[in-house]
Amino acid sequence: MSTTAQSLHEEMFVLNLGPQHPATHGVLRIKLMMDGEYIADAESVIGYGHRMQEKMGENRTYAKFLPNTGRMDYVAAMFNTHGYVCAVEKLAGLRVPERAEYIRVITAELNRVASHLLWLGAFLIDLGGFTPLLYTFDDREQILDLLEGLTGTRLTYCYYRFGGVCNDVDDAFLAGSRQFVARMRARMPMYHALITKNIIFRKRCEEIGPITAEQCRKYGATGPVIRGSGVAYDVRKAEPYGAYPQLDFNVPVYPQGDCLARYMVRLDEIVESLRLVEQALDRLPGGPVMAEKVPRLLKPPKGDCYFNVESARGSFGVRLFSDGTDKAYRLKLRSPCFSNLSLFRECSRGMLLADALALLGSLDLIIPDIDR
Amino acid sequence: MALESLLKQLAAVALCGPAEAGATATSHAARGSDAEVTVAPGRVVEAVQLLDAAGFMVEAITGVDWLAEQQMEVVYDFTLVATGERVVVRTRVPRAQPEVPTISRIYPGADWHEREAHDFFGIVFMGHPNLHPLLLPEDADFHPLRKDFGA
Repeated sequence: MSTTAQSLHEEMFVLNLGPQHPATHGVLRIKLMMDGEYIADAESVIGYGHRMQEKMGENRTYAKFLPNTGRMDYVAAMFNTHGYVCAVEKLAGLRVPERAEYIRVITAELNRVASHLLWLGAFLIDLGGFTPLLYTFDDREQILDLLEGLTGTRLTYCYYRFGGVCNDVDDAFLAGSRQFVARMRARMPMYHALITKNIIFRKRCEEIGPITAEQCRKYGATGPVIRGSGVAYDVRKAEPYGAYPQLDFNVPVYPQGDCLARYMVRLDEIVESLRLVEQALDRLPGGPVMAEKVPRLLKPPKGDCYFNVESARGSFGVRLFSDGTDKAYRLKLRSPCFSNLSLFRECSRGMLLADALALLGSLDLIIPDIDR
Repeated sequence: MALESLLKQLAAVALCGPAEAGATATSHAARGSDAEVTVAPGRVVEAVQLLDAAGFMVEAITGVDWLAEQQMEVVYDFTLVATGERVVVRTRVPRAQPEVPTISRIYPGADWHEREAHDFFGIVFMGHPNLHPLLLPEDADFHPLRKDFGA
């Protein structure tokens, strides 16, 4: 072999993954330093969809900012709205009626199922399997129709309000939710037969992209990522909020830390969310859905507080500083995807490119949520 | 309780700080955190090392621009995943020279949070390996969350 060929063989090269690439699920660029088929380094370049939501949270009133929260993680918009209204309610001392808390559980958990279904279809496309998407979108469509009937929007919900929810549930929604729970339960064995037992899928996921519990702690990775690494951390259990303490549900945990573990966590979570929806429907109390005497222009007292909720992707946090006026002094939005993506560099080192795409898909990233 | 002994250690770190420094337990229901620790900028690393040793996870790092007081506040949020307990570490630096030591060597996940706080507030995290814009354009020389930034 000539010396030129030898040096060519050893040369590292840069490969741009994105900013427009089907596997990045949004405008995300990953600058890969490749050693042949193996990744030597992966630098994520983010911010293409940055809208400075935190500044918008400061220069308009609390109520005017509310619709923005549904436009960060647009696949699981309920959770961002939930975190924001809860932080404002905590600071303003608003008490939410019990019926509204139960409605929030029903809608949030339906949204979680819809989000996991979208992830499932997209993840399988990343791995080269097109068929599951057609099934998951069929199921997800049922949820979108239900939530559209209730909230008026299919994705970017602004249904939760300070002190409750904006309108009461109707019989069509309640009956439709029950029907969906039954339908989705019956579909789960099909998904396991179609995907979980598929040998090609297993080969692409088992022992691929291991993430340790220690890495999750050091990077702040939460949600199905940390639960797929053997840590039973779920905000709904660790810092119970809303009606969750009154409801019975399990936190699925898989210790392997690979892509398959994160997949299994999400599939089990769909089942747990269905249980939560069913229980909340059974126990839905009567009464109002809005707190009494919520001022039109909220002016929470001076101070700051933190509130976080378990979004479909992990811990979504809001740190809110009020100076006593009708606008927030400072609004920090802690996105789960931001922290979950930050560990990709360390975890992808030395992986095959095709495997790294499986790892990236298993993190379930929503880019506008990272960029905010 | 484990948090109590940790608070004592954190209080010792905070002692050498400014007048308002200290470590106090707070009500989780009211504030969303179980303890607040205020330290001098130079003692942040020490406080964070204690939290790391106690098994805390880094949740978020952010800044607050207190224009009237000519100060920048840096707020660090930590969570103990085993119990759900939260500790907040706060420090204040002069607005004209906002410099805090980096904690990205203790928590690699702090790297991005610090870069974001640098983008938005111009807070300089001393010793940070890579303090260039993360969310803002690569040639950005403005800090949009400063209160005197017009938007």
